[in-house]
Amino acid sequence: MSAVASEASRAGSRSGRRRSKSGWNLLGLLVFAVAGFPVYWMLNTAFKPAKDAIDPDPSVLPTGLTLDNFSRALHIADFWGPVGRSLLVSLAVVAIGVVVGMLAALAISRFAFRGRKVVIVGILAVQMVPLVAMIIPVFLLLNDLNQYDKLSGLIITYLTFILPFTVWTLRGFIVNIPKELEEAAMVDGCSRTGAFVRVVFPLLAPGMVATSVYAFIQAWNEYLYALMLLSQKNQTATVWLSNFSTKHGTEYAPMMAGATMMALPIVALFLLVQRKMAAGLTAGAVKG
Amino acid sequence: MSAADTTTAKVPPTRQSPPPPPVVPRPRGGRRSGGAATPWLLLAPCLLVLALVMGYPLVRLVTLSFQKFGQSQLWGFQPAESVGIDNFTGVLEDGEFWQVVLRTIVFAAGCVILTMVIGMLIALLLQRVSGWVKTLVNIALVASWGMPVIVATTVFKWLFDADYGILNAVLSRLPGVELIGHNWFASGPQGLAVIMLLVVWGAVPFVVITLSAGLTQVPAELEEAARLDGAGAWGVFRYVTLPILKPIIVMLTTLSVIWDMGVFPQVFVMRNGHPEAEFQILTTYSYDRAFVVNDYGQGSAIALITVLLLLGVVAVYMRQMLKIGEVE
Repeated sequence: MSAVASEASRAGSRSGRRRSKSGWNLLGLLVFAVAGFPVYWMLNTAFKPAKDAIDPDPSVLPTGLTLDNFSRALHIADFWGPVGRSLLVSLAVVAIGVVVGMLAALAISRFAFRGRKVVIVGILAVQMVPLVAMIIPVFLLLNDLNQYDKLSGLIITYLTFILPFTVWTLRGFIVNIPKELEEAAMVDGCSRTGAFVRVVFPLLAPGMVATSVYAFIQAWNEYLYALMLLSQKNQTATVWLSNFSTKHGTEYAPMMAGATMMALPIVALFLLVQRKMAAGLTAGAVKG
Repeated sequence: MSAADTTTAKVPPTRQSPPPPPVVPRPRGGRRSGGAATPWLLLAPCLLVLALVMGYPLVRLVTLSFQKFGQSQLWGFQPAESVGIDNFTGVLEDGEFWQVVLRTIVFAAGCVILTMVIGMLIALLLQRVSGWVKTLVNIALVASWGMPVIVATTVFKWLFDADYGILNAVLSRLPGVELIGHNWFASGPQGLAVIMLLVVWGAVPFVVITLSAGLTQVPAELEEAARLDGAGAWGVFRYVTLPILKPIIVMLTTLSVIWDMGVFPQVFVMRNGHPEAEFQILTTYSYDRAFVVNDYGQGSAIALITVLLLLGVVAVYMRQMLKIGEVE
């Protein structure tokens, strides 16, 4: 198909070019439909009357608009409890992660010191250890520390993957701020700390917001540790959704309503920061 | 610690060019301008946390894999005793383990190859479509990228539901296809193919967005020159675009390998928390050994083997990072 395109462009005839462009557009629309379909189907099922959801010959287009599934999802099991806990854990992780990560990022981006490279390579390597492999010792550790089934235990654990990520991303933002700005402030009589607070920090703020939002999303989405380190009565939102079933089996329409409630705020946050993060992501700053 | 600070106080940082003139009055008396200890003080909280929640468990993972550690050791009724390499020999002599390893490698390889190829094709396609199509595709990609894994997994479970799933219904409308009531998860390979689709669907957007950014770096003149020299579309891609994108591709591939070897929730939730033998991959297998069979020693041994398998890939990734100067 790419051969066709090059033929067309070589020929250079206007109509030929337009025809090939519309061919590409058609293909693009197909990609849009396939990639977007799962999201569309989630929303479609969430808002359709429950009886239409179990139609053996479902209609691909929306059949009606109802909020019944949402109220049912809220009633089947406690929804706000898990969401509140997820919120608490994620916010705490972000607050600690960004402050601690910021200090470390400053150290590796603004100071030259012996062992700097070792620290950087170490932080990057730590990122690469799959979380799943660590679940057994982490579980035993929290068990020993009497932190099993406590939100504080989960918060500490989440810092393992949030910290390397924030350090690495913030470092990326800091190195893009010219050192000369700080030096100028210091020549004008600022202390090193003063130069940072007055000059670097304001420039860094957008990057910090993006990093925090992204870290929040990651903490919010985590599943395995939340499942293993908390009991049923303390479960978080992701575990709530994965356990979604009633005594009649899985009711998919309310389940999709629950999925929508969990995904929409996250996708919205994601849209806000993704442009800013895409560059940082290339540097391997994120755990899938 | 503070004594050390004051003694090193006036040592100028080695790489700070040009140093601020000494005549500038320091606002506060004994203020450090960046001694050798400062970076370590800044790093201390971060390293401390990482040592506790990452370093210690890593060490514990290694020691556990050489111990007999079961239910009674967990509750502290019996001390953990060393059993040498018994856990490893036990795992390695187990025929099922090798099946799991093979399955994991095939699964991860499938995911990585599909992700990279589809990602590259879409990135190239996005260069050729009109602006509004590009916007639409980008919206769909970002939405699927931002979807929490658990949400995506439940949605796919619903799409592929045997009785009411939309996929079976739509496919059955094709002439000669009768899939109503077909259970995609009755057989391991078929079920894992569905899970692979789920993983690829979630992973492609990142690859597309990164490669698209990379493609804008490819100088148009170079492509033009190659075209004038008679290269076809494939030639331009193979000899101009690909070499320029190579560092990004190597990085994306290594990251994908690491992520796809670590797939867990997709399989776990798709199989309702109890993956059948046919669905076990290394991560779920290790989990199963530890938390279902209550053999934490063998579970750790399997996890350790997984990490060791990945070390080679991580090394390639780190080398690439050093090469492109991200780690300067």
